[in-house]
Amino acid sequence: MVEQVLLRAIGVRKSFGALEVLKGIDLEVRQGQVVSLIGASGSGKTTFLRCVNMLEEHDAGDILLDGDPIGYRVEGGKRRRMSETAVSAQRARIGMVFQQFNLFPHLTAEENVMLGLTKVLGKTKAEARDIAGHWLGKVGLEARRGHYPYQLSGGQQQRVAMARAVAMEPRLLLFDEVTSALDPELVAEVLQVMKALAESGMTMLVVSHEMLFVRDVSHHVVFMDQGKVAQAGSPAEVFGNPESERLRSFLGRFHGFF
Amino acid sequence: MINYHFDWSVIARNMDRFLAALGLGLGLAVISLAIGCVLGLAVAYARVSPRRWLSGPAWFYVELIRCMPLLLLIFFIYFGLPEFGIYFMDKTQSFVLTLSLYAAAYMSEVFRAGLASIPKQYVEAAKAIGMRPWQRQRYVVLPVMFRITLPAISNNLISLFKDTSLAAAIAVPELTFLARQVNANTFRVMEVWLTASAMYLATAYLLATLLRLVERRYASIR
Amino acid sequence: MDFSMTPGTFLFEAWQARFSLLNGLSVTIGSSAITIVLATLLGILVGITLAYGWWPLRLLARLYVDFMRGIPVLVLILFTYYGLALFGINVPAFWAGVIALSAFATAHVAENLRGAVQSVPAGQMEAAKSIGLRFDQRLRYVIIPQAFRRMLPPWVNTGLEVVKGTTLLSVIGVVELLLASQQVMARNYLIIDFYLLAGAMYLAVNFALAQLGGMLERRFSYLRY
Ligand SMILES: Nc1ncnc2c1ncn2[C@@H]1O[C@H](COP(=O)(O)OP(=O)(O)OP(=O)(O)O)[C@@H](O)[C@H]1O
Ligand SMILES: [Mg+2]
Repeated sequence: MVEQVLLRAIGVRKSFGALEVLKGIDLEVRQGQVVSLIGASGSGKTTFLRCVNMLEEHDAGDILLDGDPIGYRVEGGKRRRMSETAVSAQRARIGMVFQQFNLFPHLTAEENVMLGLTKVLGKTKAEARDIAGHWLGKVGLEARRGHYPYQLSGGQQQRVAMARAVAMEPRLLLFDEVTSALDPELVAEVLQVMKALAESGMTMLVVSHEMLFVRDVSHHVVFMDQGKVAQAGSPAEVFGNPESERLRSFLGRFHGFF
Repeated sequence: MINYHFDWSVIARNMDRFLAALGLGLGLAVISLAIGCVLGLAVAYARVSPRRWLSGPAWFYVELIRCMPLLLLIFFIYFGLPEFGIYFMDKTQSFVLTLSLYAAAYMSEVFRAGLASIPKQYVEAAKAIGMRPWQRQRYVVLPVMFRITLPAISNNLISLFKDTSLAAAIAVPELTFLARQVNANTFRVMEVWLTASAMYLATAYLLATLLRLVERRYASIR
Repeated sequence: MDFSMTPGTFLFEAWQARFSLLNGLSVTIGSSAITIVLATLLGILVGITLAYGWWPLRLLARLYVDFMRGIPVLVLILFTYYGLALFGINVPAFWAGVIALSAFATAHVAENLRGAVQSVPAGQMEAAKSIGLRFDQRLRYVIIPQAFRRMLPPWVNTGLEVVKGTTLLSVIGVVELLLASQQVMARNYLIIDFYLLAGAMYLAVNFALAQLGGMLERRFSYLRY
């Protein structure tokens, strides 16, 4: 059975000044799938993720979530930027986990998770606390709910950040190199949580340099090169049959794993 | 606003007086800063001294001055010193004394921070080539500190320049005093105060620009 | 100082003048408090405009702040006092002074807020966006609370400047603590004594304000990053 398409990017372009970073990205993420973006540094992976969450505005092309364009409406054949409120409502349907965690330092772990639940989804404090407790439990941090971020290790902070994102019950979760800022011994605990999320059926778009994780967990792998999708397919296809020299040399850097 | 007709002739007629008054204020600020720097440096050294009988009073002086309204200090020195039998100062000298003492407190904080931020290696290198303590200060610490604190000194000059407006309270004929006088004599309220404001603003801006040039010059010979 | 309780001695005269002095002190504290509250509220608005405003508004706010910081407070006070009267707006000197002081302090609070808000790492704004908070919510729940602690020390400083600045209201005839003290001196000629007394009172007020600031800072010291 083929699941319905949740996120579809069509010819997405983005430039910073004279530098064209995305040169027409086409990509699909189906409901319940884990899609991984891989590629060399500077190939535009982060930029694409940020466009999906409207942290950057793309210049051309479409990004559709459940068929609705993200960040703008089409009125009489013209694009119109959405209102702040509408953009915020769309963002609430997409979760994002950052390389640098970006936990709110003035809030406890629990309050970090609760903030969006109460202010965006309008849940009561009590409901939000229950939900936060549930998700902090899932990431193995129930006992740390009252801790402030600076009292937590990097791995724990990143797990709280994931709880914060999932608790909003987003349609789609974005991960941008979420283990890159971690000490090596803390990487496994975070990947463990991501794997569990994937198995629970969460739709995920993941940028990662953890090739073992990408190979084992993704349904679909997209290799980006210089602002374009150079090759896409199942992990077996991409890793087993790299079409371009650039993908081969990119994968070569991880040859210890294959 | 509805019925106000601007008449700038009053300003034009008095322009030389306005400029002279502005010059006086600027002069007062520069002199006070100069004296304040010397005193402030002494206070700063006293504050970092390990001798409690030096650092204690220095601390007290700085905290006291920083809590006192400048206007009160101006009056206290202008009206109070004669009570102690000190009569020889006219109002301008009295004001300069006040502003210098005031500036000394603020400058000492600037210098203290400057002294604290000088890398230890500099002093050690100077020791290593056999410099005496005062030589180390004179040839190594002070020049470096001067460069570090130059932006803060500039800011203080601009603040002091604005503070010279308070000299009007004891009838020193600087810009604010003159503006009040012309205002009272001619009732050209808007023209007078717009002119005074513009002159303060322009001078503060010019000073800032000028001092930034000086800073850049010194920054380049680091 | 002579501390015996006979006419002409400091203690006696101070007791005689207690109501005038306390009145002056209350005017000083009252005008400071009103100014600080007004300047904080307006300063937050102007500061947010400086940091995030639509560019023409931002330019306007920038001009305002730079003007206010380039003109002596005394000139602002005199300009406001004479200017308002000129346009037939008959506000008492007290309010003219408070308006001018607030205009000045607003600029300082605004600049302080802008600096503090812009020192919050960009990732905080992005994380707040990614959970779907609106702009006002991002400011209120994420950015301002974090900027708050960095704002405190300069904010207390502005408060001290305001308290000291209220002495300038004496120039337009507001009988605050300084002018009240001078009126007392005009009766008893105890110039040194009463300036010292006034000084001690300013010291006390400013010390209390600084203590309050220190307390707030400790209270919010858990905001570490
Ligand atoms: N805000 C920006 N302004 C200007 N250039 C930018 C900006 N953000 C990214 N770029 C540039 O866009 C290009 C792509 O950056 P991006 O962060 O998307 O790459 P990436 O694939 O995520 O790389 P990495 O693996 O290092 O994270 C880079 O050349 C980068 O310098
Ligand atoms: Mg990246």
